[in-house]
Amino acid sequence: MSADPYAVGHDEIELPHASMRDYVIGFVLSVILTAVPFWLVMERPFSEGATAAIIMAFAAVQIVVHMIFFLHMSPKAEGGWSITSLTFTIIVVVIMLAGSLWVMHHLNTNMMPPHDVSQLP
Amino acid sequence: MSANTVTAGDPVQFYDLDEHAHPEGHSTMLGFWIYLMSDCLIFAILFACFAVLGGNYAAGPAPKDLFDLPLVALNTAMLLFSSITYGFAVLQMQQGKVKGVQLWLAITGLFGLAFLGIELYEFHHLIEIGATPQRSAFLSSFFTLVGTHGLHVTFGIVWLLVLMVQLGKHGLIAANKRRVMCLSMFWHFLDVVWIGVFTIVYLMGVLR
Repeated sequence: MSADPYAVGHDEIELPHASMRDYVIGFVLSVILTAVPFWLVMERPFSEGATAAIIMAFAAVQIVVHMIFFLHMSPKAEGGWSITSLTFTIIVVVIMLAGSLWVMHHLNTNMMPPHDVSQLP
Repeated sequence: MSANTVTAGDPVQFYDLDEHAHPEGHSTMLGFWIYLMSDCLIFAILFACFAVLGGNYAAGPAPKDLFDLPLVALNTAMLLFSSITYGFAVLQMQQGKVKGVQLWLAITGLFGLAFLGIELYEFHHLIEIGATPQRSAFLSSFFTLVGTHGLHVTFGIVWLLVLMVQLGKHGLIAANKRRVMCLSMFWHFLDVVWIGVFTIVYLMGVLR
């Protein structure tokens, strides 16, 4: 009776497996990926534009590190549905963020009166 | 029609109307993950607001004048420590040690409280020097975004306390294990959102 549905008892619910190694790797990487951007902004060894690009890149990498090592995200988790919903959410978020910034940037550059303080009421 | 009609002589067919066993909570983890994705959309909207409005100071204070980066770094450290201590709680759970889970949950809660304390101190300081949410669009969007994250951490701590009581009462039953894993996702998710907050709000704010 291996196919007995009741053999899958309450304790058999599949929970993601975590390991000490994962958490330590994730933590060490996070500390590095957090400390470097703070140091860059506080000490300013590079130009503003380069610093901005580096800290954004570090944030993106750190989000991936958290997803893998802390949230145990993998293409196989929950039969692939976790990664599917995540991908969908990322697409929506990117469209919304990029769209908002794009529209509002054009609104600001095309619709704003010229900045002339003497013309203010 | 006649083909679909059961007459007395035909063998009676049964379709599978019986529900198969659905072990309680078998889809909770996925459902909770989808909830987190919807929460992610809330934060994405608030980030979009901040990205659009973050430069509108209305002749008021700019991030350079307001933000104290060492304090933000300390705050970030608190949340990062709370993430790894929650990880230790999960590891204790896998070894079936209920006392260990409770201990690490308590330590996680203390780090969470430290984070909230520092954030409230910062908010109090800002409001005291006149940088209130009403001052400019930048400050409105700042308080909304960071405040929403802070509220999430607050409710995370409430959940953490409730979970500690549940663990004390029932031990490491399946339902409690599931709850520990759901709160784990919630807690680490808040840390992921905080990465966006400290990068875009604080670091990029001071930079521009």
